[in-house]
Amino acid sequence: MADDYIKKLWEIAPAITDAVPHSKKLGIRFVAIDKGRSTLSLPYNPDLIGDTETRVLHGGAVSTLLDQACGLAAVASFDIPKSCATLNLSIDYMRAAVPGQTIIATAECYKATKHIAFMRAIAYETDEEDPIAVAQATFMATQNTAAGNDAFKKDTA
Amino acid sequence: MDSAALKRTLARMPYAQSLGVKPTEIDGVFTLLMPYIESNIGNFSLPALHGGAISGFMEIAAISQLILSTDHASLPKPIGINVDYLRKGDLKPTFARAKIFKQGSRIANVHVRAWQEDYDDPIATMHGNYLLPKAE
Repeated sequence: MADDYIKKLWEIAPAITDAVPHSKKLGIRFVAIDKGRSTLSLPYNPDLIGDTETRVLHGGAVSTLLDQACGLAAVASFDIPKSCATLNLSIDYMRAAVPGQTIIATAECYKATKHIAFMRAIAYETDEEDPIAVAQATFMATQNTAAGNDAFKKDTA
Repeated sequence: MDSAALKRTLARMPYAQSLGVKPTEIDGVFTLLMPYIESNIGNFSLPALHGGAISGFMEIAAISQLILSTDHASLPKPIGINVDYLRKGDLKPTFARAKIFKQGSRIANVHVRAWQEDYDDPIATMHGNYLLPKAE
């Protein structure tokens, strides 16, 4: 049943990502999803520069990518679709993102309770061992989504 | 307070323009404004602003406050931030004010509050440490 949920998420996650106006504005793209895990990418976008002198992307764009990746992985950590809200987001910035390069963010849920998902995420260009930034976050499951209820009604009936 | 320096800083920060961020003053106190724009929405069905737009906005507020209280030509660099989301961001103008709790020669600790209609009912708070450029 959980596998069906992940299969379904593979189908709908790209559309979910594209349907978020702020993700679209930044250019965030869906890459992959698995149980409690997600990968997103952010191609280099001059509109997100934090300092025109260095052309490095603003930390806020990186934290948004990490937040979004954590949120998607949190959704994928449950067995049925639930909306998730960020409670806390903590980010360490190790170094500047390399101008011109796409940033990848991978997120994982390392513990999910009934209501809270505890997340970790890493942002990097090519090497996960050489991160731009690392995030730790907690998400709260708010309510089961209407679409989720319909799709999974047969499971609970 | 050097508001010309702040305007120059925001002008070299395309990310701030993408969020629609503008400097303003409320009751004579420097305040940063993020007007409601559709591209800052994170959830259409709630609806709510994107948490990332709110944290990005607060990061800009922290850097702006540091620019106003130092006279460095280069921008401070974030070392780490911690954001608490207290309530959902409605599709309304959002305000932010930052306070420097400690400013050393190399590191500054900054706390930021973001609110919408009521200053005493913030939608999010942030604190962060910033690496300051070497004095010229």
